[in-house]
Amino acid sequence: MDNISNLISGFGHVLTPMNLLFALIGVTIGTAVGVLPGIGPAMTVALLLPVTYGLEPTQALIMFAGIFYGGMYGGSTTSILLNTPGESSSVVTAIEGNKMAKAGRASQALATAAIGSFVAGTIGTLLLALVMPQVVKFAVSLGAPEYFAIMLVAFVGASAVLGSSRIRGFAALLVGLAIGIIGIDKVTGQQRLTFGVPQLADGIDVVVVAVGLFAVGEALWVAAHLRRKAAGVIPVGRPWMGRDDWGRSWKPWLRGTAFGFPFGALPAGGAEIPTFLSYMTERKLSKRPEEFGKGAIEGVAGPEAANNASAAGTLVPMLALGLPTNATAAIMLAALQGWGLEPGPLLMEKQPVLVWTLVASLFIGNTMLLLLNLPLAPAWAKLLQIPRPYLYAGILFFASMGAYAVNAQPFDLFLLLGLGLVGFVLRRFGLPVLPLIIGVILGPLAELQGRRSLQLSGGDLGGLIGGPVAWVCFAIIAVVLLWPLGRLAQRAWSQRPGGTDGGSHGGSGTGPDGGGSTGSVSPATTEVKA
Amino acid sequence: MTILVGYIPTAQGEAALAAAIVEAKAHDEAVLVINMSRDDKLVDAHRAAGSDLDRLDRDLAESGVPHEVRRIEHGTDPADQILDVVDSEHPRMLVIGLRHRSAVGKLLLGSTAQRLLLDATCPVLAVKAD
Repeated sequence: MDNISNLISGFGHVLTPMNLLFALIGVTIGTAVGVLPGIGPAMTVALLLPVTYGLEPTQALIMFAGIFYGGMYGGSTTSILLNTPGESSSVVTAIEGNKMAKAGRASQALATAAIGSFVAGTIGTLLLALVMPQVVKFAVSLGAPEYFAIMLVAFVGASAVLGSSRIRGFAALLVGLAIGIIGIDKVTGQQRLTFGVPQLADGIDVVVVAVGLFAVGEALWVAAHLRRKAAGVIPVGRPWMGRDDWGRSWKPWLRGTAFGFPFGALPAGGAEIPTFLSYMTERKLSKRPEEFGKGAIEGVAGPEAANNASAAGTLVPMLALGLPTNATAAIMLAALQGWGLEPGPLLMEKQPVLVWTLVASLFIGNTMLLLLNLPLAPAWAKLLQIPRPYLYAGILFFASMGAYAVNAQPFDLFLLLGLGLVGFVLRRFGLPVLPLIIGVILGPLAELQGRRSLQLSGGDLGGLIGGPVAWVCFAIIAVVLLWPLGRLAQRAWSQRPGGTDGGSHGGSGTGPDGGGSTGSVSPATTEVKA
Repeated sequence: MTILVGYIPTAQGEAALAAAIVEAKAHDEAVLVINMSRDDKLVDAHRAAGSDLDRLDRDLAESGVPHEVRRIEHGTDPADQILDVVDSEHPRMLVIGLRHRSAVGKLLLGSTAQRLLLDATCPVLAVKAD
């Protein structure tokens, strides 16, 4: 009951002209960057970060959340009309959505995507409002060792579960942790990795890292692949759905929501895995499986609901624990730190107005997104006609301005270029960006918690393994890290006696294969998103 | 000699094509249709769909005029590409469609038609959509 009254008072706070304006700006920008492939919410939030240091935290967060939700809506438009996913989270939507569009059912595909996103976003936000306080209640009792363990799970999850290879994931994570360490150590006062450069003593500002990796890195990547044949966009009228489409859509929406929300809340969940799972489920449950691959509406409705629900789910650990599970949340977390707010369970106690206004704004933003996307989807598709040189010149301009504005030092611009090159190299060699940015932002926090627990135990390493929560976390880490070894062993074991038994082999082979293809969806997708 | 047409899938483009066919029939000449699709955009509204080009091909065959339909998919400036073709093919005449552009629009986006009118080394016939 407490939650509901908090939420209602949140609505009271959000309904000011300024807050509504920022929500509108956020969802509009969000839809736009969602539509454009290569430009995602993470890059946009990073670019806007310096601008928002002058704003009220509440208003800026409302805008960021609008961008985050909007990106999920916009991505589907490009997927359906162009067969190029606008966002990593709408890769799966393209499979059936584009087929529907080619069969002349683009209006229905766009409608089920937008309405499904709305339904899932609303249910997801409601779940967020109900679940988050419980998580906070639980999290307040956690001590430093437990936090340290949870953050380690986030590191391992982001590095090992997503992406094509664990080695690439951990390499990116280590680069991120190294960047996060640069500067004066707060406990001992020693300089770390500063190489005697005085400007590095304060560490590298998160804005410079995020903008360099996401904006400059992406711009360099696009510049290296600038020439590409233009495609024709599929002409479409106003999105609408018939009675039959409603009947076939509502169950996938709900199932997609059920997949998306918990995965969004898990470290290393993100939106890619639940959209994929939702697609697989719909294909299995469909009464018309023969339509899959030729434009089945269920294959659009489910994944689109899943990605919006996962966006809501992502905010649970972000707001309750201070734990980002995707790149956009990581940068929002950096924004909270930038305003001097401490992310974590105390955020809700100290800033209840901020948190509940943000949650209430999500409902409003979601409604705005439905109104913006349902009738205007064809208009948004016009954005795809902007020549890329104009677009990326603008992005580079904003990136340099933002990086310079942080400290007003030319040194930061060189850093920005350097980090942009790092971002380019990451994309070139297929390293995921997510572990890196999580390493940069969460690394110093994890170090703080880890050293705090070591101080409490007087330097005894056993102090890191305090309490059942930490045990569970370390167990999860052990399973994730040992899983591939176990599978290797299992394969070796089953190959010895199973030579004659071909039938059961095929069966057991599909399991790992299915898992493998989930993994292989995400590396491509992380590139798209960044 | 040939008549070169800059074709885009709009009323102006169709008008240009119609004028070119009339011109070619009157002087027993061939028609070369060019559609330019910019490669620095994800979606180019001036790109003629494959079905469009097939229809053009059919229509031209029916009218009995010797013809060729060509699509250019590289480069960023339609005017440059068409001027290149003018230099290499030496057509007797270039036909383009024309429409109103505000001064600000021309300043921001430039005008392909204006560049063709001024820079083409052959006579240019500019037609308007009715």
